[in-house]
Amino acid sequence: MSVDRISRRAFAGGIAALALARQAGAQGYAGLGEKADGFAKVTPGKLFAFPGDHGPHPEFRIEWWYLTANLVDFSGAACGLQWTLFRQAAQPGPQGEGWANQQVWMAHAAVTRADTHRFTEVFSRGGVGQAGVTAKPFDAWIDDWELKGFDSTDDRTLAPLALKASSTDFSYALTLEADRPVVLQGDRGYSRKSERGQASYYYSQPFYRARGTLTIDDKPVDVSGQAWMDREWSSQPLDADQTGWDWLSLHLASGDKLMLYRLRQKDGRDYPFGNWISAAGETQMIAGGDIQMVPKATAEVAGRKLPVEWQIAIPSRSLSILCKPLNPKAWMGTGFSYWEGPLSFAGTHDGVGYLELTGY
Amino acid sequence: MRRALWVLAVLLSHWRRHKMQFATLLVGLIAATALWSGVQAINQQARTAYDRAAATFGGARTAMLVAPDAATFPQELYVKLRRAGWPVSPTLEGRVQVNGRSLRLLGIEPVTLPVEIGNAPRLGASDLSSFVAPPGQTLVAPETLSDLQEAEGASVPISNGAKLPPLRVLPHLAPGVLVVDIGVAQRLLNKPDQVSRLLIGQPKSKPAALASVVGDQLQRVEPTAETELERLTDSFHLNLTAFGLLSFFVGLFIVNSAVGLAFEQRLPMLRTLRACGASARLVNTVLVVELVALALVAGLIGLVCGYFIAAVLLSDVAASLRGLYGAQIPGQLSLRPEWWFAGIGISIAGALVAATTSLIKAIRMPVLTTAQPRAWQQRQRRWLVLQSLAACAVFAVGLLLLGYGQSLIAGFGLLAALMLGAALILPALLELLLLAGQRAARRPLALWFWADSRQQLSGLSLALMALLLALAVNVGVSTMVETFSRTFLGWLDGRLAADVYINASDNGQGVAIRNWLKERSDVQAVLSGGRADTQVQGQPVELLGLPDHALYRERWPLLEAAPQAWTRLVPGNAAFISEQLSRRLNVRIGDVIEVPAPGGNWELDIVGIYADYGNPKGQLTVNVAALIRQFPQTPQTRIGLIVAKENIPGLIGALQKQFALDDRSVADQATVKAESIRIFNRTFAVTSALNAFTLGVAGIALFTSLLTLANSRLPQLAPLWAIGITRPHLAAIELTKTLSVALFTALLAVPLGLLVAWCLIAIVNVKAFGWRLPFHIFPLQLVELVAVALVASMLAALLPVIRLARMQPANLVKVFANER
Amino acid sequence: MLNIKNLSKTYSSAGEPVHVLRGVDLDLRAGERVALTGESGSGKSTLLHLIAGLDAADGGTIRLEDIEVTALSDAGRARLRRNRIGLVFQQFNLIPSLSVADNLAFQARIAERHDAAWTKELVERLGLGTLLKRYPEQLSGGQQQRVAIGRALAIKPSLLLADEPTGNLDEATAENVLALTRDLVTRTGCGFLMVTHSLHLAATLDRHLTLHAGRIA
Repeated sequence: MSVDRISRRAFAGGIAALALARQAGAQGYAGLGEKADGFAKVTPGKLFAFPGDHGPHPEFRIEWWYLTANLVDFSGAACGLQWTLFRQAAQPGPQGEGWANQQVWMAHAAVTRADTHRFTEVFSRGGVGQAGVTAKPFDAWIDDWELKGFDSTDDRTLAPLALKASSTDFSYALTLEADRPVVLQGDRGYSRKSERGQASYYYSQPFYRARGTLTIDDKPVDVSGQAWMDREWSSQPLDADQTGWDWLSLHLASGDKLMLYRLRQKDGRDYPFGNWISAAGETQMIAGGDIQMVPKATAEVAGRKLPVEWQIAIPSRSLSILCKPLNPKAWMGTGFSYWEGPLSFAGTHDGVGYLELTGY
Repeated sequence: MRRALWVLAVLLSHWRRHKMQFATLLVGLIAATALWSGVQAINQQARTAYDRAAATFGGARTAMLVAPDAATFPQELYVKLRRAGWPVSPTLEGRVQVNGRSLRLLGIEPVTLPVEIGNAPRLGASDLSSFVAPPGQTLVAPETLSDLQEAEGASVPISNGAKLPPLRVLPHLAPGVLVVDIGVAQRLLNKPDQVSRLLIGQPKSKPAALASVVGDQLQRVEPTAETELERLTDSFHLNLTAFGLLSFFVGLFIVNSAVGLAFEQRLPMLRTLRACGASARLVNTVLVVELVALALVAGLIGLVCGYFIAAVLLSDVAASLRGLYGAQIPGQLSLRPEWWFAGIGISIAGALVAATTSLIKAIRMPVLTTAQPRAWQQRQRRWLVLQSLAACAVFAVGLLLLGYGQSLIAGFGLLAALMLGAALILPALLELLLLAGQRAARRPLALWFWADSRQQLSGLSLALMALLLALAVNVGVSTMVETFSRTFLGWLDGRLAADVYINASDNGQGVAIRNWLKERSDVQAVLSGGRADTQVQGQPVELLGLPDHALYRERWPLLEAAPQAWTRLVPGNAAFISEQLSRRLNVRIGDVIEVPAPGGNWELDIVGIYADYGNPKGQLTVNVAALIRQFPQTPQTRIGLIVAKENIPGLIGALQKQFALDDRSVADQATVKAESIRIFNRTFAVTSALNAFTLGVAGIALFTSLLTLANSRLPQLAPLWAIGITRPHLAAIELTKTLSVALFTALLAVPLGLLVAWCLIAIVNVKAFGWRLPFHIFPLQLVELVAVALVASMLAALLPVIRLARMQPANLVKVFANER
Repeated sequence: MLNIKNLSKTYSSAGEPVHVLRGVDLDLRAGERVALTGESGSGKSTLLHLIAGLDAADGGTIRLEDIEVTALSDAGRARLRRNRIGLVFQQFNLIPSLSVADNLAFQARIAERHDAAWTKELVERLGLGTLLKRYPEQLSGGQQQRVAIGRALAIKPSLLLADEPTGNLDEATAENVLALTRDLVTRTGCGFLMVTHSLHLAATLDRHLTLHAGRIA
């Protein structure tokens, strides 16, 4: 799903506003269903190679490094954080030098506790070094925000990493560790989004253990927990009849991980997708017909009604859980706005995770 | 309410019977408001323009980081700072030639541009993409677009052949600036990866200390409320304001005399009103209401006139400011509502101030008339003594300012004290003169002449004071302008040493031109100069490089020089300093001054001081070879040629043809000189125009005073007529009287005016511009002014005198019949 | 109607107190016409001014109908003059910038008791019909004084006060003007107090009082 997520977010949000090539502007939103002429295409059968694929793929239109973490502080209170770096190319073709570079970078950061939700965003143009990603040694940065590897960083696990971001009223710094390799989503990393060929390359590292400091209003608190990173890139934009999506990443108490989303269409229908990742790191796609996602309660945030509580069932896995948000007001009022926040669930399985709601 | 309206109607009925008096009152108020508001409109226009310039994507209104030597610096520092959490945004600035005009090219980075930058024009999100994405855009002010005579969307070439991105108008942008993306600017200015300044936005987090990120390569410049332009042009606007204020006061003199007379004449009416049962409060209130209403009407008319005055003067003011300070002022007048309110306000306040004494008199007026003794002599004496004492006090303040004042304001304060004091003491001087005349008089008619003149003094003195001030200012300003004009022309002759001036578009073309010139037999010498910018003690300073050539030694004018000054310049460790910079830095010959250069500080012995009229920046002149050693980036594009006069046109033609140089890039001495003189002349056009306006207003003041006096003089004249002096004879005496006091005033205005000129030249100019001029007196000009004053007085006196000469005897008889 | 008791007034002149009125008693009935004479400086005009409320008394009381004039404030005295008192001076005191018609109506308008019919009658009786559009300076002294009398009577005052109304007029004109005034006073039924030098004219009124050394003799 995430291709759509990115492209939509990127287009409607700051990045696209900053730049995007004239033709993109001329096409407008509806035009996003068109082919991405000039950009590289996502085709099945790609063999992923690391560390190379940790780095940017500028020949594709859009790409992101998307990290969410479910943490607890010393008193056991839950909190969550988000750190996302987006890349979008304004134009296909050879990479321009210096300021003529067509890449535009945008990043979002947020922290969420039961009683507060803080967020911020930054923008940068590529080409001059203000923002970018290198694969080896791994480093993804924009201004003074950074997700950075060490000499010891293992290309297969993409760990350990150091993460930092700051804003006027919050900041955080975490170290991330993992002992299992990154996981290819979809069909060996080829994540198909529609019958018409929309797809993305998609892999994740859902096994990060996180530890660090979260500072809100100049009050630092030690935190620890689990984190999940999504890496995705694509050139094929969103389908014109798709209105938005509801996406979840879940850390099960058993150590298993579950990624789920459903794409909503204008005609009211929706299509669920999912991957089950065992605690050992084996991944398996879940058939759409096997996924039941039912909104249970809505919250009113920023003048919108959002389904922040979900009843989820996967009969084949004997899973039936109710997901509740840590803070129903986790609205990201950024240039492109959406809901993104930590949740906890109970039922046949217990655990924590992240929920993202767009297009509301 | 109806009662008040009836009282108002009765009061107003006075004006119907005294239309001239009414006109006088209105003219005074209109003149005062018009000139004041006109000047204010111009000042406001200019300030708005400075604000626009200052707010252009981070002018002086934004804190920023710059290199200590004010040079460009690597973009890498920008990235370092961003990555250390500094909310900075890069800009790159330079000048480009477009269609023969030199314009400021400003490269900005819109993504990081601080959003809180004052009233900078905003780019909307959708505009941003077309601004950044190829081919990009060149944002210009509407004025610039029309200056360039280009259409929106046009892609205009600059002098080095590159093309600007398509032009797009941004309404509130400062004129004279081309705003492009920073990447485009780096390409157009041929400064890859270089930036001029980093604008500092609101920090999102706590950034690291500046020095820990970039060492001492950059320094922080705090935003200034006052821009450099504002500071530079302050004196110019102060000048305008002073004139506006002067005209305002002269206008108030008129109002004062008209209101005074009207109240005097209406006192019996006020008594009758009171006797008939209108309460004192009602009458006084209605009097004030009447005055305010008149001021409102006159204020509105005055504002309209002020608007036209401003519109007429604006083009000259704009030219002056551009010529003197490089400030860009739009030629289209746009006024804020505050201006209208302030104008009406000042009209009402002025009317109330001018009418204060009359109003107080009316308020204190008893209902019953007690027979008033004719104690005018005593009153006049007391008034003269008080006024003379006040004059002495004012002179004392002036002396203090002369002794201790340092600022420009103190200079103007001295001027004001001088003029106010002189105006205050004028009636006393006239009284002494008339008294002397009266003592010397033998024949009865002569005796009456002097005595009657003395009695008239209090009525006329305000008008004469106005005349004195206007004349003195006129003498002062004309003397200054003429002095400046002569000095400037002489200086220009020496400064423009070369016969032909070339400005190559870049170093490459410079080299090509020099090589080409070597082959020409008609070129006697090629003088290569250079110019670099730096900062000394926080002030922008221009470094001018001159080649070592006999021509300069012979002709280039120095105000002061150490022995062997030109020879000492050659090794590169000595410099000449411009007069204004030497004053600003308090540097004299023999002092050493340190100039930050890319390779470290450059120590220069000061061996000469030279005049550099009209240059807002301080300047140091050094040997050009040394300049290029110290500032390797100095463009070597300025070339001067010594050419025999007859060969000049041919050479210029050949140069233009060979190198496609436009009129601005190659010019002969005569053209450059003509251009300089044209700018100079326009600079003082405003001063002269305001000068003339002020004199005109003073003339009106005199005229109205005489007119109002004439009406009240029948009782004095009727007895003379009765004892057998003919009306024409009386008229002649009246005329003589007016002319003689006016002549005396004018003669007094001459020394006062010269003092004013001295103040302007020796104090105000030095403090405002940094240069001192030799003081010249121009006798012919003085005679001319005195003559003008006399003619003005005669014209002013003529109408009342003609009326007297033609007066029906019946009117004179009436004096005996029932009046008084 | 007018009732004055023990009225006194002192001015200071060159630091010396001058006792102008030293206890004046005077009664005047409605419709009564009284002449007041006395040598220069005897206080005739002062008495008149005090009655009109143009000046304040130092002691004693003045009562006009139901109003105690001596107890009034400045504004109260102005109201009194406006509504109940007609004043005629030697100097006429017309407003030079107003036409005869406007001068006539002037006090009545300020008092907001303008009565067009009554004004018209006054114009006829005073013989001003042809002069209405003229300005004071275009009138003879007698004509001006007739306008002044008209103005004073236009408000139908309770009391008409005249201070040497004929002082600037020749004898014939003076008699004529006074005769007109007498008639009009009779017509309106108001009281009339006239200060005059002329014993001859004083004799034509109902009563003749003389002021001497600050008292009514």
